[in-house]
Amino acid sequence: MSGPIHIQPGETFTLNVGPQHPATHGVLRVKMEMDGEYIVKAETVLGYIHRMHELMGENRTYPQVLPNLSRLDYLGALGYTHAHVLAVERAAGIEVPERAEYIRAITVELNRIASHLFWFGAFVMDLGGFTPLMYAIEDREYILDMLEAVTGSRLTYCYYRFGGLYNDIDDDFIDAAKAFIPRMRRQLKKYDALVTGNIIFEKRLKDIGPISAEMCRKYGASGPVARGAGIDFDVRKNEPYSVYSEFDFDVPVYHECDSLARYMVRMDEMEQSLRIIEQGLEKLPDGPIMPKKKPKLIKPPKGDYYQAVETARGSFGIRIVSDGTKNAYRFKLRSPTYSNMSLFDEACEGMMIMDALAMMGSLDLVIPEIDR
Amino acid sequence: MSLTILNAVIAVVAAIAFAAVNAAYLVWAERRGAGRIQRRPGPNVNGPLGLLQPPCDGIKLMAKQIMIPGGADKALFMVAPALAMAPAIMSFVTIPFSDTIVAHSMNVGVLMIFAFASLGAMSILLAGWGSRNKYAVMASVRAVSQNISYEIPMLITVITIVMMTGTMDLKELVAGQAGGMWNWNAVPSLASPLMPVSFLIFFICSLAETNRAPFDLGEAESELVAGFHTEYGSMGFGLFFMGEYANIVIGASLITILFLGGWGCPLGLFPGVWWFLLKIYILIFSFIWIRWTFPRTTIYGLLNLSWKILIPISLFNLLLTAGLLKVF
Repeated sequence: MSGPIHIQPGETFTLNVGPQHPATHGVLRVKMEMDGEYIVKAETVLGYIHRMHELMGENRTYPQVLPNLSRLDYLGALGYTHAHVLAVERAAGIEVPERAEYIRAITVELNRIASHLFWFGAFVMDLGGFTPLMYAIEDREYILDMLEAVTGSRLTYCYYRFGGLYNDIDDDFIDAAKAFIPRMRRQLKKYDALVTGNIIFEKRLKDIGPISAEMCRKYGASGPVARGAGIDFDVRKNEPYSVYSEFDFDVPVYHECDSLARYMVRMDEMEQSLRIIEQGLEKLPDGPIMPKKKPKLIKPPKGDYYQAVETARGSFGIRIVSDGTKNAYRFKLRSPTYSNMSLFDEACEGMMIMDALAMMGSLDLVIPEIDR
Repeated sequence: MSLTILNAVIAVVAAIAFAAVNAAYLVWAERRGAGRIQRRPGPNVNGPLGLLQPPCDGIKLMAKQIMIPGGADKALFMVAPALAMAPAIMSFVTIPFSDTIVAHSMNVGVLMIFAFASLGAMSILLAGWGSRNKYAVMASVRAVSQNISYEIPMLITVITIVMMTGTMDLKELVAGQAGGMWNWNAVPSLASPLMPVSFLIFFICSLAETNRAPFDLGEAESELVAGFHTEYGSMGFGLFFMGEYANIVIGASLITILFLGGWGCPLGLFPGVWWFLLKIYILIFSFIWIRWTFPRTTIYGLLNLSWKILIPISLFNLLLTAGLLKVF
């Protein structure tokens, strides 16, 4: 490692972005073949934080796996545990009281807003603007406080139970949520004024980082990435689960395929989540939060079960193959960020590194969820 | 004879002290300002209002071990931080704070400041090259191309002013603007109606020259880790940091002297050093404000702005002023 560096014209060099790099938001490594500032070829290297959640799902009982699910995506954990309880309820045929389903929908949507808020801050920080992160975190704090009061934790929730919930929400939670909705709407307007309308911001995102609908289909991308490419797919609308068919909400779709489109989808989704929470609080029925009859030991009958949900990052699916025992025979997780990340290698070819990393930010990566 | 030497030494030491104190306390001001803007307290533990934070930081940085990465060019690696700070301090020598307070008045003051300012790009280049880090090399290439392309419109604007006033002495430049804000160079005059545009160009260029957000491409932390000073720790990093703030003070002082009437009062009353300080700190606050509000531009957007917009406009202004000076 000594001696002068010889750089020949036309020569490319390898740049290791990560595993420790500020733009990758975790232990992701991208090996980039660079020609000056241009990316010739990129190769994503995964596995730095692999924890074998799928195997753990196969040698533990169903309730024991439940806390694992919130360790996948620590920013939108409720959506993932929601998928697991829905899958097991479907497999074991457990009835869920309506009140529990409404509370699940409300808390999941709150968690989605918290996740999008954090993404918003981190994304603008990727572009060099530090201040919006602080504003976003302040708003997210309200949600975390609310959820902490009912679930007992701030990030890695284990709130849902097979058949219902761990505990009921109280008046404090409802008041806080009702106060939060108008506040968040005001804040979203403020974000629009501070960030969305900014000319530098627009120039960095508009027509930059194209991800076409074909590419999304090829790699199985979902969520805001696909909706930013004009694919109108949201599991909550297309395959309604829980009580989502009762709510009136729109699925924001943008056809520009650029980083700005993905940004706009997420900003609009926050507004739609607020609408869902508003309706959920209005319609919230009284009643129990756990079913009267519930099996002591969960042993789903032999079979193959699949349940998909729309998490903050895209459609997340759990496949449970049961052989009739208390452990799953096969426990497969289909995580959205893994698919969204896969298209990065192809999409970033020929881009400049700063645009490529802005595009990576717009994919909303949470690394523990890719590696599982 | 010995008395004049003593006087000169005292003046130079005072200028250096002003630069160093400003560099240290602007870090504090920046962090407090950022805290205000981001609705958080900022440094507030050490001393009242966190005022002892800069000395604490300095002691911490100086107590740290100097790490030289393997394969680095040791000489260049060590020289670069010194080169970042020294020209910045040297520029203070010729800046007049008021009619009487100036370390050493020169009739080519403007030229000297720009000569030293362009040395700053050298330190970035050496730091990036010497530390043998791909991120650092990429960042220094960016920073140098940025510095070069922004020096051009900056100098063209200065030439316009020198043409109008006919002097390169900073003191005479200020004296020419005495008597109230209507005499300032930033205000359009018959000979140069486009002066506010020049002022804006100069302001943008000083932001870019000091590598400040939104033009901080040399240290774009989300892409290039920490840019050209990725491999620097301890006081090497500290010197780069202080050099940046010293450059900010110089940028603000230059704007004040060239465009905003130096130590003159906006209404022509009580000219003095206080007006000068007030003006530069208002400008510095606006630098801080801009940094914490805007995201970063792209490198090509930055170069396009300079070559396609700022340089043509400043050239046009130069020609227009030259023509109008002949007429009037």
